[in-house]
Amino acid sequence: MSLKKVSKEQPNKFEFTDENLNLANKIVLNYPAGKKKSAVMALLYLAQKQNDNWIPLVAMKYIAKFLDISYINVYEVATFYSMYNLSPVGKYFIQICTTTPCMIRGAYKLVDVCKKNISEKENELLGKKNCSWTEVECLGACISAPMAQINDDYYEDLNVKQFESIIKDILKDKKPKPGSYRGRVNSEPEKNRQTLLENKNA
Amino acid sequence: MLEDKDRIFKNLYNDLGADIDSARNRGDWSNTKEICSNGRDWIIEEVKKSELRGRGGAGFPTGLKWSFAPKKVGAKPHYLVINADESEPGTCKDRDILRFEPHKLIEGCLIASYAVNAHKCYIYLRGEYYNEGVKLQNAIDEAYKNNLIGKNSSGTGWELDLYIHYGAGAYICGEETALLESIEGNKGQPRLKPPFPALVGLYGCPTIINNVETIAVIPTILRKGSKWFASLGKQKNTGTKIFCISGNVNNPCNVEEEMGIKLKDLIEKHAGGVVGGWDNLQAVIPGGSSMPMLSKEISENITMDFDSLVENNSGLGTAGVIVINKDQDIIKCMARIARFYKHESCGQCTPCREGSGWMWRILERMAKGEASKDEVNMLSDVTKQIEGHTICAFGEGSAWPVQGLLRHFKKEILERNNFDPLIKENKNIPYLIDQHILEEDLKNVKS
Repeated sequence: MSLKKVSKEQPNKFEFTDENLNLANKIVLNYPAGKKKSAVMALLYLAQKQNDNWIPLVAMKYIAKFLDISYINVYEVATFYSMYNLSPVGKYFIQICTTTPCMIRGAYKLVDVCKKNISEKENELLGKKNCSWTEVECLGACISAPMAQINDDYYEDLNVKQFESIIKDILKDKKPKPGSYRGRVNSEPEKNRQTLLENKNA
Repeated sequence: MLEDKDRIFKNLYNDLGADIDSARNRGDWSNTKEICSNGRDWIIEEVKKSELRGRGGAGFPTGLKWSFAPKKVGAKPHYLVINADESEPGTCKDRDILRFEPHKLIEGCLIASYAVNAHKCYIYLRGEYYNEGVKLQNAIDEAYKNNLIGKNSSGTGWELDLYIHYGAGAYICGEETALLESIEGNKGQPRLKPPFPALVGLYGCPTIINNVETIAVIPTILRKGSKWFASLGKQKNTGTKIFCISGNVNNPCNVEEEMGIKLKDLIEKHAGGVVGGWDNLQAVIPGGSSMPMLSKEISENITMDFDSLVENNSGLGTAGVIVINKDQDIIKCMARIARFYKHESCGQCTPCREGSGWMWRILERMAKGEASKDEVNMLSDVTKQIEGHTICAFGEGSAWPVQGLLRHFKKEILERNNFDPLIKENKNIPYLIDQHILEEDLKNVKS
């Protein structure tokens, strides 16, 4: 149960674009008749994507109307799940996993890089900067620790130097290449792989 | 070591490609129709005979779970739900199945849906796995295009629709009833059991919920026969399992191995050994963060299967092995895990909501050496107050790792936290519980 700040500055209008409206109508069909409420999570994602990666309160009201449910139903979902941003985040949203498997491989060094290069505190949008960062719980890529997620992509097997250059690229509005930064292939052991060797050489 | 021919996930490292043609070359979808034509009872019986136990953490026999679904469909439709909300720290096996073996999962969904009379199947995918979701959706689209699922799935006459439902970063939604709540569009707060989801589940209808890995191994088991699967591993702990080895090892990796493999073999052979050598090992968490840790002595000889780990006061869980060497501060490591649980508690039951925060705060202070002697026992007491007093197993999951720490490293904690709380010494610790007594004592001394 995470505490989340709802932004004080709120836009006063929100509507799905035509494209998203079509998508939303399709998503509702994934669920049985009369169970439109199930689509609330997917629609919140759509709203978040449309609105620069955060969800304003008007969007929640709009979704509530769209699904015929009460505003509080949408609000409680949006505040419960940690991936919905309720206040603005950077165009590049950097999430660093610092749970134990990443921590013991040096995740907090990555946090220091962010503190130095982006902002002292988490979730701060400073000046004209195009990125903000936050610490998150396990992202499910423990064998590639330490790692960070930037928007939708995973950046794995990082060290301080590489992460610094990633951040520099981002500050220049250049999208860095996702994946492993030690050049290993997916989740195989880096050296001395013992299994499925026939396939590897195939 | 398991031979390559007995490995189920041949494309674990994506050497061969994840698209449908490559999957077919590996044997997926080859005789799905024949398998289904053997009938529901045969499928469930074969799964029972294979002694497959759920791969999501609890290790419940899969065949038995399926047999709980009502035999005939009544007024309410049946559902199959796949739990792909993989968020247990130390675990990243499902991610590789979703990325590289999606067709094994989809075929498994069809067979399982057929076996439990479900026409609709939801895959609950954790929200962070966006790219994996895109790949899975591609595979689903391929399967629809080739009539492998849909109106007449693979020529079986069975209708199956498959949908992905994205979660949004809540660990608790990996608990099956919280997951159902989440699909229904609510906060992910677990339900009381009974009634069990097999009878009253999604939208109040009979629902079978299985982990990704469990479902993905089903087609291979039915193809190669339950005898083959049961011949691997140990009795009651059969088959193969994907192990994720992370932490202080030289080559962290995912690897599919036989159940009952020695933990030491897993670490030394596949993961390149502990950083600094085996003697530098401090502790191992064998099954994802919620399982109690093992000391070095136990790790030496233990085998990785459900039963032998339970005998050693731990559990196989999701088989996410986290190796911690002596360069790490073990109390800090566990304090971080406690913070994870404090963050992820859904807030429904008081012992867990409040207790997880207590454990975290006490452990943080213990890591700094700011806790008093008494608090070691108090911490143990808190874990006992949480365990067994909550709706779901999250309470146990948060309390067990702390109990594991106290079991193996009590000496280290006491060495670091060695002061008596009532000595008249001005220690400026803002949230020490008996701080007010201290202050009053100090006043008395001064006056």
